[in-house]
Amino acid sequence: MNPNHNKYLTLFLSTFQLSAFTFGGGFVIVPLMRKKFVEKLGWIGEQEMLDLTAIAQSSPGAIAVNASILVGYRIAGIPGALLTVLGTVLPPLIIISVISMFYAAFRDNTIVNMAMNGMLAGVAAVICDVVLTLGKGILQLRRLLPILILLTSFAAVRFFQVNIILIILVCGLLGALDAVHRNRSEQGER
Amino acid sequence: MIYLKLLWSFFQIGLFSIGGGYAAMPLIQNQVVDVHAWLSMSQFADIMTIAEMTPGPIAINSATFVGIRVGGIPGAIVATLGCVLPSCVIVMILAYVYYRFKGLSIIQGVLYGLRPAVVAMIASAGLSLLILSFYGSRDLPADLSGINLISVAIFAVGLFILRRWKVGPIYVMMGAGIAGVILYHIV
Repeated sequence: MNPNHNKYLTLFLSTFQLSAFTFGGGFVIVPLMRKKFVEKLGWIGEQEMLDLTAIAQSSPGAIAVNASILVGYRIAGIPGALLTVLGTVLPPLIIISVISMFYAAFRDNTIVNMAMNGMLAGVAAVICDVVLTLGKGILQLRRLLPILILLTSFAAVRFFQVNIILIILVCGLLGALDAVHRNRSEQGER
Repeated sequence: MIYLKLLWSFFQIGLFSIGGGYAAMPLIQNQVVDVHAWLSMSQFADIMTIAEMTPGPIAINSATFVGIRVGGIPGAIVATLGCVLPSCVIVMILAYVYYRFKGLSIIQGVLYGLRPAVVAMIASAGLSLLILSFYGSRDLPADLSGINLISVAIFAVGLFILRRWKVGPIYVMMGAGIAGVILYHIV
């Protein structure tokens, strides 16, 4: 068998398998990718995988998708990236398509309805937990700017229905200006 | 053109959801419930619940679900494509910049400013889900006494378990589903 075809096949199958069986989103799937591509296959270095993870987390979109693009691109260029994206996206596409076909019948079932109502309270608890953890991280920065951004954005989106994309653009710009300002004052001190 | 609308909507969701995980949730709610009314608030809550119980990123799960409802299988494919397109382009550009210049201080600055805003928006979208769970409507009703005590109990126990023992969300979700079936049968 052509070793190149083998590489493409391994890329596709690995990402497909990871995506199909990993519950819990990007923060769970990235460590599993590291296990597969760094430890098992030895295709990517330890430090390099850390760098790729940082890029995946700071880019827009789902972290799992971003990480798989980077791994595919690193190992087999643009065709590799396309294959790994396909491998990552196909399982949820298939699973949700199947679920949504049964959704209408599913939702009218009394038992399912009870379970869904219970799980909605569960989702609310999971999101509340996420917000508490992330919010604590922001407070621990002990700087005024992030806390101000947190409070102002919450008021803007909750009470004044300000466009979310506008808030993201403004806060990203504020962060960039802050970084430039801090770089300058650090250089000034030297 | 419904496919173009789906593509553009999920392109924006893919482009502006930065920080992973739940960062996409407020954007999806905005596009799908508020701007286009493709889903009702309780259908949106359903898809968040389903997304939590199935593998795959929330944004891709929602794209597929909304796409199918609005435009069948082609709709699902188009919405998913829109969702990953910005990632494909931007991730590759960032990777290039990263290997070339070995430093991303401005991008890290942008993230530093974005993170608290993202937390605030997740909090707001989470609050909408919480109100829906407790009162069955998106906004707080004038009369607060009609609260669903079963939901409050499941929420409180779930949150306690998550904070206290750091268990995986999937277990809390399964427990909440089973508790829902049992409690609604008893009451």
